[in-house]
Amino acid sequence: MSVPGSWYLILAAVLFGVGAFGLLVRRNILIMFMCLELMLNAVNLTLVTYSRMLNDIAGQVSVFFVLVVAAAEVVVGLGLIVAIFRGKRQVTADDLHVLRG
Amino acid sequence: MNLVATVLSGAPIQFPSISYSSILPEVVFVGAAVLSMLLVAVLGQRDQTYGYTGLGVAAALFGGIWSYHLSQNVNARGAYAVVGGSLAVDGFSTFFMILTSVGVLITLLLAEAYLYKVSHRGPEFVALTLLSATGAMLMESAYDLLVLFIGLEILSISLYVMVSYTTSRRVSKESAFKYFILGGFASALFLYGLALVYGSTGSTNLGNIAAFLSKNTLTSNGVLLAGMVLILGGLGFKVAVVPFQFWTPDVYQGAPTSVTGFMSGVVKAAGFAALLRVFYFAFNTLRADWQPVLEIVAILTLLVGAVLAVVQSDAKRTLAYSSINHAGFILLGLYVASAASIGDSLYYLFAYTVMSSGTFGAISMIAHLEGRTEGTLSLADLRGIGRKYPKIALTLAILLLAQAGAPFTIGFLAKFSVLSSVVEAHHYVIAVIAMVSVVIAAVLYLRVTLSMYTPLTKDAEIDRVSTDPEISLGAVAVRVDEDTDLKVDAKVPVAAGLAMGLSVAMTVGFGLYASPLVQFASKAFLLR
Repeated sequence: MSVPGSWYLILAAVLFGVGAFGLLVRRNILIMFMCLELMLNAVNLTLVTYSRMLNDIAGQVSVFFVLVVAAAEVVVGLGLIVAIFRGKRQVTADDLHVLRG
Repeated sequence: MNLVATVLSGAPIQFPSISYSSILPEVVFVGAAVLSMLLVAVLGQRDQTYGYTGLGVAAALFGGIWSYHLSQNVNARGAYAVVGGSLAVDGFSTFFMILTSVGVLITLLLAEAYLYKVSHRGPEFVALTLLSATGAMLMESAYDLLVLFIGLEILSISLYVMVSYTTSRRVSKESAFKYFILGGFASALFLYGLALVYGSTGSTNLGNIAAFLSKNTLTSNGVLLAGMVLILGGLGFKVAVVPFQFWTPDVYQGAPTSVTGFMSGVVKAAGFAALLRVFYFAFNTLRADWQPVLEIVAILTLLVGAVLAVVQSDAKRTLAYSSINHAGFILLGLYVASAASIGDSLYYLFAYTVMSSGTFGAISMIAHLEGRTEGTLSLADLRGIGRKYPKIALTLAILLLAQAGAPFTIGFLAKFSVLSSVVEAHHYVIAVIAMVSVVIAAVLYLRVTLSMYTPLTKDAEIDRVSTDPEISLGAVAVRVDEDTDLKVDAKVPVAAGLAMGLSVAMTVGFGLYASPLVQFASKAFLLR
């Protein structure tokens, strides 16, 4: 039995949607950060699926680039979160409200 | 399997040949960034920042000159793609690389004068600026969506750190985090768009996408259109067009002012370069699908930017909204999508980069001389600046009037040429809307300029100072004393003076003697 490619695409779309929704709705900075990673990994699943469907290696190569970029983003993001946590001792987005208007 | 077999059989693996002379500006920028970090590790000299800024300025000058040399090559021999067809060297990319070099030059000179005085010193700011500009250059010459994504991330990740550069300040951290989360969101949108376009066209190479789309008509192109919208969203975020503009005022206000200038100039140029190349070249055959979307986005961007700029009270927030208004104009060039209108967009981008870097520089200088921290300079504080700091006020006045589109400046021709190509394409309604937004925004620029030259009465000064919680009562007395002799000895650091002088010179110079830049922008063809 083989699973059709479109199922993977739909799963990836759902994961991307969950990530995007979570990023916009959740207030905890770490969870927002995880949602961002979920979105990127949903894209990876899409790329691998298309790569299989098109029988073309470029999609799988792209995944490696995305993984490296995601890792670099984590470094900067966690650095920022630590810097915020040092000052505030808690990490919710509701505390970030000095700038508005 | 193939790769393993190739390695085991001892056959050489084919690598694409890399023409280093075509990517020399990028190589020099990365090299200068790495060198400055190595130098500080070896020498341990953190206090003397002149050397590092000098290195960065030298790299920027070299990048600009070499890009000009490349553009002459392109003129003589035609455009070509390098590094396995993933980077284009054409009039378009070389134009933007020169623009980026100018932006980096102004940013570094301004930063030398101001940023190092208020926060920790060292080469990191120079290194990050150069790396971010490298990402911008990659975006501008990318001929492959994946390379475009890598460039976008190199630009963004360096920029997240630059925005949070003054880490001790809460505002800076807050704006850095907002920018990081929303920037990551935009990158993910772009990437998903890339995946969908790859799935429906079978390639990430822009040339292949364009060729595929011109040969085939997709029976159900929902996935492709979704991918296109996601790419528009991801890049639209970077250039701050309207549904994706909400981060702009917060981040512009919270970031160090020289970084704000960099964001409004270099980053916006890179984002627009990518938008223009992807939509005008790769998705050209789908024009009927994206033009209506761009029409709505452009109208909203023009109006929201102009109207919200007028009601702001903070200087940097005002300029943030006015930058959104400018983005609307640049988008109009893409919306019309003729060879001439793309040239107009390029000219506008150059004009805007020069004007906005200088404006943010002048704002940063005034905040510095007034002893304010970043992001707290309100428009009311600009009252009477004209007598206090005549030179800076004149600079700011010229740049603001140029942004409003006053004649004999670069801003007038930029607005005029975009509008005329909109009218030539018979889009009269949108031309009228753009004119209305110019008038609304002009109210703002003129109001600020007039208030700078309004003499400050003593009462107003005391009022202003005493309502400001940051200045104690003791300071009021000092301020009033100063009032009797309004001309405070304003010491502008040499580097910042140079940067502002450069931007004013280009604003007025290219306004009076426009043809070289116009010619250059109109010849900036895309590689086909």
